[in-house]
Parts: sequence; C-alpha cells; structure tokens
Amino acid sequence: MALFKDSNLISDPLADNNPITIQVLGICSALAITAQLKASIVMAISVVFVMGVGNVVVSMIRNIIPSKIRIIVQLTVVAALVIIVDQVLKAFSYQLSKELGAFIGLIITNCIIMGRFEAFALANGLWRSFLDGVGNAFGYGIILIIVGFFRELLGSGTLMGYAVLGDPIEKTGLYAYGYENNGFMLLAPMALIVVGLIIWVQRARNTDLIED
Amino acid sequence: MEKRTDKNSYTILFATAMVVIVGSLLAFLASSLEPKINENKRIEKQQNILYAMGVNENEGKNSVAFVKPDKVAEEFNKYIKKQLVITNGLDTVVDNEAYLIDVKKEQAKAKLGEVRRLPLFIGVKDGKKYYVAPIRGKGLWDAVWAYVAMDENMIIQGAYFDHKAETAGLGANIKERFFMDDFIGEHLLNDKGVFKGVTISKSNADPINKIKDDNEVDAIAGATITGDGVSAMIKSDLKLYQPYFENLKTN
Repeated sequence: MALFKDSNLISDPLADNNPITIQVLGICSALAITAQLKASIVMAISVVFVMGVGNVVVSMIRNIIPSKIRIIVQLTVVAALVIIVDQVLKAFSYQLSKELGAFIGLIITNCIIMGRFEAFALANGLWRSFLDGVGNAFGYGIILIIVGFFRELLGSGTLMGYAVLGDPIEKTGLYAYGYENNGFMLLAPMALIVVGLIIWVQRARNTDLIED
Repeated sequence: MEKRTDKNSYTILFATAMVVIVGSLLAFLASSLEPKINENKRIEKQQNILYAMGVNENEGKNSVAFVKPDKVAEEFNKYIKKQLVITNGLDTVVDNEAYLIDVKKEQAKAKLGEVRRLPLFIGVKDGKKYYVAPIRGKGLWDAVWAYVAMDENMIIQGAYFDHKAETAGLGANIKERFFMDDFIGEHLLNDKGVFKGVTISKSNADPINKIKDDNEVDAIAGATITGDGVSAMIKSDLKLYQPYFENLKTN
C-alpha cells in the first residue's frame, strides 16, 4: 500500500489517527472559524504551512534544546513563524492578510501544532518530521473543511459566499418551497455537534477505533 | 549520566541566545517591511474613502472591490475635491493630508479633554456632492470602523465598514454588501431634524429595508454585539459632524 517510505506519516492522520476526531486536539480553532467554508480552507492552508515548517525547525534543533524549557522553545518557534507569515502577507498581499486577519493569530493557539512538536519532531529526523507535520495539518484541514461545508450550507445557504440554495429574502430556489436557513448552524456549539457526528460516523464504520 | 543539555548554565545560555536571535530576526523583518506595510495602509484609506462615495469596481450584487492600488492616487485626486479638518464643531481648515488623521488617536485626545480634529472629505461624482466621514468604535472582539458618505441633509449615500477581528460568518459580515448597502438612503436625522443616527435593529419589521427614514437597518443574526457597536459609533461619531452640516444650510 505504501506509496513511498514513511508515506503512512501523511495518510494516518487523514483518517485512523486524525488529530481532531481521534486525538480530539485543535477543537477550539475548529469551532471558531468553521462558520464559512472559505475561512476553513484558508485556515487549513495556513496550518499546513506553519506545521510543516515548524516541525522541521524543531526537528533541526531537537538535539540542542534544553529539555527543561522545551515547551517554551516550541512556543517561540510557532509564534515567530506566525509573526513572519503575518508580516510578509501584510507587506506583499495586503488584501489577503485583511481577510485572514484574526485566523493567523489563532494558529498559535492550535494545540495540534504543539502536540506534534512535542510528540514527534523532538524525536525524529527532518524529512519524517516534515511529513508528520504536513500529514497532521491535512488531517486537521479535512475535518475543518467538512464542518465548514455543512455549517455554511445549512446556516447561510451559501458555499464560498455563493448562494447555492436560492435567495432567502426574495424566496427563490429552495426557499420558494418554505425552506429556511438554520441560524443555529452559525453558532459555535454546532461545530462541536458536527464534529461529534463525524466521530460517530467514523467509529461506526471502523469499530477498531472504539476505545473500551 | 546527566546530559549536557540538562545543565542550568546551558539552559540559561540557550534561552538567552534564542531570545536574542528570534528577537533580532523579527525586529529586522518588521523594520524592513514597515514602509511597505504603511504604504499599503495609506492606499487602503484612500480606497475606503472612494468606496464609500461609490467609486469602486463592484461587479454584481455581492462583490466588494476597490479601485486598483496603482490607480488609487489618480482617482483620489480626481474625485476628492477638498479635505477638511473640523475642530470645535465649526472651525474648518483645508488640509490635503486630512485622510491620514488617525481617528483612534483623535478619540483618545477627546477623552483627555483636548480638541478632537474631525476629518471630512468632500468628493464630487457625476455632479453630486458627497461628504465622507471616518468613524471608529468597538465591536465584539476588537475595533470596528467605517467611512460614511452623506449628502447635505445627512442622508447616507454609501458606507464602507471594516473590522479588526469580528467573528467570521457573523460579525465579520458587516463588510458584506448586503449589510453595507442597507445604509444607502438611510436618514441620520429624524423628521424634526434631530440627530438620531442609524440603529442596527433586531426588531424592525423591515428586513428588505424599504423604509429609509426610520433611522434603523436590519441586524445580522448572531452578531448582536458587533451590531450594537456599529450603532454606537454612528451615534457618537457622526453626531459630531452635525454642526457643520447645519452651518452649511444656513450659509
């Protein structure tokens, strides 16, 4: 099955060892930004970048980090990377940085990043750490995009900002038949319920994942 | 055996070196990119002012598109005829850099009892005069601000809203067309000429916003605090311009 050596480092976090649904990490940012599909995708891409590079940096300095302050060192690495991304975007792609705004800062709070630094990059080489970082970020991103898709579709009746179900005020499309948007979907708790449903589906299909 | 990296002296040395390296890297980056970032912010202000008075590149009914950055200086000179700084309600001075006035700093000055400078940009488009005022307030998480274009009777002709960190899909929707366009035609004064502002209302039975002189627009569901913040900044900041407009009529 393996495409290349260590390819399981990418594929595992996508499903059977997903950071959100199995390890239940990164929930805070998952519920904060999934009200829109576009925001979810942007966040997913940003996290892929920060985790890929961050894991490599931590892996690079893993032998010289004093173990007493390793968490602080990891935090510094994430924070520095996030500030660099933020500043470069502001200088060279101002419109994009305006749209990302709050999300960039939120990346720092993502516990998956610290989790992978601590659990993987500190003990593995550069290439494996890079794969692990990117893999986990993809796993996180997939769930974000699924949750964002359902929340935006059912909450606002749009996808990526396009009205796919018709116009709720002029009553066209589906709304002509009495369909209404569910405003609940836009509120943060619904992200947890959607994630819960994903966990349910995933464990029902693969009973090995159920813990005793 | 104790590892070399476990020693206290090593830990302190590492921490010091890390702080110095990361600190100087970020400081270098910030200072080398600063001119470019400031230039972007200056262009954005001009774009926002032009957007409020209807000079933009919107296509269709959902897009929010500014004048392109390389054209903005030219368009700004073409449409904005006069920039004023108003102090003490009525004293006006022409200042071609009034758009660079930081509203946040002026608000802070007013709190300290100092004189607050109010910038006002007078633009002409298709023979019609627009008075654009910048305002600023607090949303749920951080600052919200706007550029509001009015006519002589303080009827809103266009608005551009923005925010620093409102929730995506909820409060952040104040910068969507459906919300900003609701303000067009709204009266800031009531029928007796008293300043009322425009309230973001959850209870007005007018979601399509057909009634323009009720001093109300429809709120965004799930964005109560952001909406209240917008109402508050319109009430407090635009009110300061009322003496200028009254004076305009009597003269």
